[in-house]
Amino acid sequence: MNRRDFLRTSSVVVVSFAFDGVMPETAAPQTTNPGKPIDPREVDSFLAIHADGAVTIYTSKVDVGTGLNIAMAQMVAEELGIPVDRISVVEGDTALTPDQGGTGGSTGITRGGVELRQAAATARQALLKLGVNADMTNVGAIAGGKRLDLKVDPKAPLKNPSSYTVVGKPVLRPEVRKKCTGTTVFVQDFSVAGMLHGRVIRPPSIGAKLISVDEASIRSIPDARIVRIQNFLGIVANDEWAAVRAAKSLKTTWSESQTLPGSDMLDRHVRASAVERDETLVNRGDPAAALAVTAKQLSATYWWPFQSHASLGPSCATVDFRPEGTTIWSASQGPHGLRANFARVFGIAEDKLRVIFLDGSGSYGSNGNDDAAADALLLSRAVGKPVRVQWMREDEHGWDPKGPPQLLEIRGGLDAENRIAAWDTQMWLPGNVQGSRPLLAADDAGIPQPHGRTAGQISQNGDPPYAAPNVRVVVHWLKDTPLRLSNLRAPGKIANVFAVESFTDELAAAAAIDPVEFRLRGLTDPRAVDVIKRATEMIGWEARPSPNSRPQQGNLRVGRGMAYVRYKQMENYVAMAMDVAVDRSTGKVNVRRITCAHDCGLVINPDGLRNQIEGCILQTLGRTLHEETTFDRSRVTSVDWKSYPILSFPEVPTVEVALIDRPMLPPMGAGEAATAPVAAALANAVFDATGMRLRRVPLKL
Amino acid sequence: MPKYTFRVNGRAVSADSWDPAQPLLYVLRNSLGLHAVKFGCGLGQCGACTVIIDGRAARSCSTPVSQVAGRSVTTLEGLGTPERPDKLQAAFITEQAAQCGYCTNGMIMSAKALLTRTPNPTPEQVKQGLGGNLCRCGTYTRILSAVLRAGKA
Repeated sequence: MNRRDFLRTSSVVVVSFAFDGVMPETAAPQTTNPGKPIDPREVDSFLAIHADGAVTIYTSKVDVGTGLNIAMAQMVAEELGIPVDRISVVEGDTALTPDQGGTGGSTGITRGGVELRQAAATARQALLKLGVNADMTNVGAIAGGKRLDLKVDPKAPLKNPSSYTVVGKPVLRPEVRKKCTGTTVFVQDFSVAGMLHGRVIRPPSIGAKLISVDEASIRSIPDARIVRIQNFLGIVANDEWAAVRAAKSLKTTWSESQTLPGSDMLDRHVRASAVERDETLVNRGDPAAALAVTAKQLSATYWWPFQSHASLGPSCATVDFRPEGTTIWSASQGPHGLRANFARVFGIAEDKLRVIFLDGSGSYGSNGNDDAAADALLLSRAVGKPVRVQWMREDEHGWDPKGPPQLLEIRGGLDAENRIAAWDTQMWLPGNVQGSRPLLAADDAGIPQPHGRTAGQISQNGDPPYAAPNVRVVVHWLKDTPLRLSNLRAPGKIANVFAVESFTDELAAAAAIDPVEFRLRGLTDPRAVDVIKRATEMIGWEARPSPNSRPQQGNLRVGRGMAYVRYKQMENYVAMAMDVAVDRSTGKVNVRRITCAHDCGLVINPDGLRNQIEGCILQTLGRTLHEETTFDRSRVTSVDWKSYPILSFPEVPTVEVALIDRPMLPPMGAGEAATAPVAAALANAVFDATGMRLRRVPLKL
Repeated sequence: MPKYTFRVNGRAVSADSWDPAQPLLYVLRNSLGLHAVKFGCGLGQCGACTVIIDGRAARSCSTPVSQVAGRSVTTLEGLGTPERPDKLQAAFITEQAAQCGYCTNGMIMSAKALLTRTPNPTPEQVKQGLGGNLCRCGTYTRILSAVLRAGKA
């Protein structure tokens, strides 16, 4: 029996010709349906085995610099039993990749990777039946270029983690080599034949109407063409600089509009805003009654402002609009969601719309990418050519959908033994509105669309992770909020943990108990205890109550603080400690050293994981120290890196990370969790150094 | 259309520009196909567009092409290739000193200029020397390690 006959007669596996991996950069734009399986129930949707034994994996989860690709490749390599360097990844192409949901909420590994792993485990069993040997050296010869035509078997056996040889290793991310040599094709670098450059002139104030356009004002700029659709105003040009110059030079008249409350004293505005509904998230015991009889009572209010994704590169997309099939090249974290939304809003059949992910500047949720794609789509549709739109700096800072403002009031009480007897959190948060987030371009062009609103799961981690018999957490969901929202890294959790862990520190100080001891008294979960002990040992924690009784170091006052989170109360365990020095004459906070202990279950790639944790810490340090989106009655006023500073190089502290690997537990995502304790650890350290409790972000002394 | 002649990565090039004020960034990216250099802000605030002009780090987003005539420009492509990265690029790869990679061009080019002036910098010198380069993903500590590694090598 020859091999082909064997394949045919083998009862389990039927072979046919597989799709041979058209790469996104070379795909013909009009190929909206290349015929590759994408049903997430099918193994072939996730994996293609090539004749040379290499494997391509397909996923809708995209790597926005997080190291997700290599982690997925390691998981697949481990289960299939082939070397990780034989695996390449096609990500986020609606025509090629199964829909595993968008990339967010730290689900890249937990859903994306785990589904791929199961597909690989299913494939391995089938391949062994086909006669592929256990070390897979003949996999290309036997199965290369063919479909397995198999359903993913949720019961296909997985390797025992104790036998892992690829998972758990710090395999280098191959894309870093390309990024360091300028050979990565970012969406900003992508072009197609005949492509024009576009720029959009956004209204000077939110909701302003376009009254007139002086076309003569850009007559001296070569080949610049104006596209106007109601209040949507764009420029297209052969030359990018011509588009930029024309967009800057074009004289326009707009109606003025004053729809915003202004960001000064926004917390008061939020506190006084109309409430849509109250939601009780936790209700245990009787906090009101318990508070009345506690030995010590405290209350405090914490504030977190609007913040921007502040992507380093402004959002960009190229769209080739054609009646027979439209292609969008985008760095959106949700290519499938983008397609579904654009199909509805712009009246395009979903099967005539293909979204292809390309690397972009880091995004931490939904930045301006979807809006830039909508801009490019309208321009391409208007001029009948592919159009690339890259936003300018003020577009990104001014118009990206923002992380929400959050106001929290906490009351708590200690019993006679200085244990938490009662805890009451009240949050004022922007309420959700059903439907997708409005696209700027569609609103400007008068195209009807949903005006949904969500910033993600922003009410989590509002309760203390410590033993407390009486706890209540209530959210006052607000009817409205001034700016468009989106999910910004660890949505809501950073502010909530800032409040909860600052307040915990306030209780510890009121009890005159060391902050670590105070927390450990309320914890029994050994994983929680492990991370707290580890992070504080690493920093050389001196057990004593805060504030520091001897903080003086020359002009400086020094102190240490810590914070702990169990992310979403059910995922990663993270503890963090910081050493700070505060210059009392200038108020400048200098963070000297940060230690972090992190437990996210099974570790797939320890170096990639460390990179994510370090990034979580440093990015959030900037969000805590500096970042606030400001606006007047008409417009966002923090529109560049001077008015919206982020962490800069000279401010960077030493960062030490300890990974606690739990190979027998499921892996959790790690793109968000280590952000959550940063603000509280910093505020607690500043309190220790100065005796001043900072409850508003950005922290100011 | 006026033509500007200068050197890029050791080669003589000439580029047309209808506007003498056109920033070098757009000429490099769109006329010469050198995409490593990135548009970040157009304001000289973030450093993503950094190139080296006559040995000094410069912001290509705010350097008019007319000012580059007759001068010598080095871009990231001029340092090394994926197969043969230069010492500094190799150090970035070893330290995995990138997340999204959008700032990487500017970080490497600013570090290159720094190491030319100061071959064995202290950590503080690196932090100050790269003080005009922003990284939103927060890979600063790795970039610091990479530059120190290249300085020692």
